[in-house]
Amino acid sequence: MSKEIKTNKMQGICEQSGWRELTEGGFVYGEGNSAFFNTGDWRTKAPAWRPENCKQCLLCYPVCPDSSIPVENSKRQDFDMFHCKGCGICAKVCPFGAIAMETAGKEGGRE
Amino acid sequence: MSKKNRMSGNEAVANAIRQIDPDVIAAFPITPSTEIPQYISKFKADGLISTEFVTVESEHSAMSACIGASASGVRAMTATSSAGMALMYELLYVAASDRLPIVMAAVNRTLSGPININTEHSDSMGARDSGWIQIYSENAQEAYDNMLMAHRIAEHPDVMLPVMICQDGFITSHAIENILLEDDEAAAAFAGGYDPPHHLLDPESSVAVGPYSVSPYVMEMKVAQANAMIRARKVILDVAADFEKTFGRGYGLFEEYRMEGAELALLIMSSAAGTAKVAVDRLREKGVKAGLVKLRVFRPFPAAELAAALKGVRALAVMDRSEGFSANGGPLGAEVRMALYGKADGIKTINIVFGLGGRDARVEDFEALYGELAGLAGKPAADIPYFKHMGQRE
Repeated sequence: MSKEIKTNKMQGICEQSGWRELTEGGFVYGEGNSAFFNTGDWRTKAPAWRPENCKQCLLCYPVCPDSSIPVENSKRQDFDMFHCKGCGICAKVCPFGAIAMETAGKEGGRE
Repeated sequence: MSKKNRMSGNEAVANAIRQIDPDVIAAFPITPSTEIPQYISKFKADGLISTEFVTVESEHSAMSACIGASASGVRAMTATSSAGMALMYELLYVAASDRLPIVMAAVNRTLSGPININTEHSDSMGARDSGWIQIYSENAQEAYDNMLMAHRIAEHPDVMLPVMICQDGFITSHAIENILLEDDEAAAAFAGGYDPPHHLLDPESSVAVGPYSVSPYVMEMKVAQANAMIRARKVILDVAADFEKTFGRGYGLFEEYRMEGAELALLIMSSAAGTAKVAVDRLREKGVKAGLVKLRVFRPFPAAELAAALKGVRALAVMDRSEGFSANGGPLGAEVRMALYGKADGIKTINIVFGLGGRDARVEDFEALYGELAGLAGKPAADIPYFKHMGQRE
């Protein structure tokens, strides 16, 4: 992922910061900053959404451990691949074959 | 105004804590430091302090509670000795790395085994690399004074590191000595208050304390911590200067006792320094050029300052009250040689491991040691052993 997203935006600290720029004791200020952490690059397999099979039953949404299935207006959207770790639980619970686990490639795997 | 009193080192430190009135004390009893939380709990019961006194189930928990309290933005303290400090080791490193200015009253006791309750520095010497500032006290007065200075050092924005104030078990902690106690108001005013800009319970600014550091950050974190320890040297001196201005008793990183023109010197810490000073006085009366350096601040270690102070000495004995089992002497011996190497070469140096398990070191023992030093001064360095033990039966 890009360096910009890896950066802790709230503190302007990133892996290129010098020791004087770190917070004292490594304190992390502000909340919700795990959103900046790219857990998507942990994947070995990636879920692929097939909207043509999807009935919008939303069984997948609550079982995702990483909140990687965004829902808007009661309809699931495509996966948040920046955070999806590829665990495959969503594919397991889907009764309609609307989620397929694929070996990580260009779309789902490490870049 | 200072008032004359008589009390033990533990009582003196407990009174300093009463005057500081810290927000949280979490402590578990262990000889010989037990009296400190005991006094605190009495002060609490008598309504003399507003401290939250947490009676934890172990020293591991005591330091954990201190870390939690300190992270929440209040003054946190503990007291411990020996195996109690050993049980805290894991958390000592965390407290220092999290840059939490916790203050510990450490009462030095032999670290098991063999199990023993008397004084030795093996407990705090084992924690010498934990990132805590370590200040050693010769007597009850120094233990009291050092405790009044501790928070100002720990909480200084240039430092933000935990501090342990060490005194010798029983010899200092339990013996009753004459002491000058400062007025409660004056002592409290000197210690001041603590109001950190960020803390865990501040609803206005969320903060995570002690997060996992991935490898790209660990080196930088430790360099920052090491630099805080380097800056502590000046802060310790500044606080001591203010202490002297306020209360009239002066302290440095170490004390030079009759070092003017001294050719034979001891470098020693804590209560045994008082005994050795008497030997120095006796020898000076006889015309022997004896002197003594009493190290007060072991962390940060004043290497350059010691090299400058010892430069003119012909023979030096570095006195370790703990066996480092390095097969070459104790930790103080190693550090002092490091300080001198290349900076004050040519001093005939020997490391003496003594006083283990509270073994007495008498004035006569130190007089005899200065006699040995006079012999070493004329020997080739190659013939001088790195170290030897003193005071054991053969």
